[in-house]
Amino acid sequence: MDPLALTLIELGAVVFCLGLLARLAGRIGMSPIPLYLVGGLAFGAGGLIKLDGMHEFAHLSGEIGVILLLLMLGLEYTAAELVTGLRRSWQAGVLDLVLNFLPGAGLAVWLGWGLVGAIVMGGVTYISSSGIAAKVITDLGRIGNRETPVVLAILVFEDLTMAIYLPILTAILAGVGFLGGLQTVGIALAVVTFVLMVALKHGHRVSQAVHSENSEVFLLNLLGAALLVAGVASALQVSAAVGAFMLGIAISGATAHSATRILEPLRDLFAAIFFVAFGLNTDPSNIPPVLGWAILLALLTALTKILTGFWAAKRGGIAVPGRFRAGAELIARGEFSIVIAGLAVTSGTVPREIAALATAYVLLMAILGPLAARFVEPVVKAFRKSPRKPKASEPISSLEA
Amino acid sequence: MNVDETELPGLGVRKDFITASGRRIGVVEMREGETELFVSTWDDPDTCQASIPLTADEAAALGNLLGGQHIAMRLAEAHKEIPGIATRQFSITADSPFNNQPMGKAQIRTRSGVSIVAIMREGEVVPSPAPDVVLHTGDLLVAVGTQEGLDSAAAILRNG
Repeated sequence: MDPLALTLIELGAVVFCLGLLARLAGRIGMSPIPLYLVGGLAFGAGGLIKLDGMHEFAHLSGEIGVILLLLMLGLEYTAAELVTGLRRSWQAGVLDLVLNFLPGAGLAVWLGWGLVGAIVMGGVTYISSSGIAAKVITDLGRIGNRETPVVLAILVFEDLTMAIYLPILTAILAGVGFLGGLQTVGIALAVVTFVLMVALKHGHRVSQAVHSENSEVFLLNLLGAALLVAGVASALQVSAAVGAFMLGIAISGATAHSATRILEPLRDLFAAIFFVAFGLNTDPSNIPPVLGWAILLALLTALTKILTGFWAAKRGGIAVPGRFRAGAELIARGEFSIVIAGLAVTSGTVPREIAALATAYVLLMAILGPLAARFVEPVVKAFRKSPRKPKASEPISSLEA
Repeated sequence: MNVDETELPGLGVRKDFITASGRRIGVVEMREGETELFVSTWDDPDTCQASIPLTADEAAALGNLLGGQHIAMRLAEAHKEIPGIATRQFSITADSPFNNQPMGKAQIRTRSGVSIVAIMREGEVVPSPAPDVVLHTGDLLVAVGTQEGLDSAAAILRNG
């Protein structure tokens, strides 16, 4: 067959299947990410059907998917929110980092994957999925809850940590030495500080530069700017994804809102292809040997996230049920764990098993997280002695009735 | 009244207070412009028993209802001593003949003897509105008069 025809047929079939999977995920109320990963596993190396024609396209699209994921993450928060969040919740953020980085890193060392493997796996277990967490909070009607700002503040801190972590990871994966690594960290810190300062003072100018009333012009401006900044960042060894993230932070106000709306469909498409591409590169036969470790890691890091949320909510003066809710909402890992594992795998400097372990781990956590968030409340209530009865003057009535 | 304001990064701003009966009640103003109304449960003020998304129109209508109720209660209190005087609220619907018309066109006082003492609009009060105030869908007119007068005022606003 003509190679172009083959590519088109494969790509069409895969995207169509993704549509079906996303619909299934919506029907049962879960995140589509685990289903995309399973889809990728089924079509990739060692899977049910091997797709070769779309490999090149999937790879490039996956890279664009990562850039869009990070760009949209940056658009979500304004620089002012990031700075106040950092100031108010850095203690919880540091506890989160220590408690959740160490299990992944420790296991990698235990399995003999070396320092690089440890830094990769630490990142995979550290970063919660802000996408899944936000969806869980909205779906469960917890937007008005008192613990919600605590959870959001931790997510903000994690995202800022990513801006430092990703350049370090990129440098280490590129095989630079200790001094080179320090230099990259220095550049990363300087860039992050610089962009935050520019965004705080001159965010509207950056917004003006890309903004347009014409949605076509706006889309092209945005995408062009994102790819350009990502490419330059990549050339400077600061990681393409972080470049896009910083651009997202610099764009603010009304421009950020319309940018989010305009980019969402593109992000959904390219991110879905990214997850599939990651699955394609993972050999499913590698998963069973690491499945036990993945389950152990999942249980351990579910507990450490609960502990993080519990402690942070307690500091915020929130009662016991709210502390557990906060912890459980943080459990889900998803898109960014796969982004980290994907960076590591494409560099080729880490054992292939990392891809398998990360896939199995994210599959578990993306499913376990929302379930835990939903069921933590009844479980906590069942274990605590039944609370006081309401006073007669205080009728209980649901407003939704 | 002490209303707490809390930033919700990426979502919006939460504004709430604790009622005398111990419930926390408030709204979240979402970034995209919707409003989320919530009420806490009785046993855990941290969590919400109900969290209801409202469109801008719905939020304005609810604001009118609460504000209108407040004014109506105060007026009823003031007129308690005078027998035969009552307070009532009329809302302007999209199909009302006076929608987007100045209020004076309805000639309510001339035709029914009823006074419109205030208009609730988007959560704000327009006190003793002049005849040239243009009525819009969702406006809540607070009216004072006799029961019969109020009945005929309702008929005028509905049928022209």
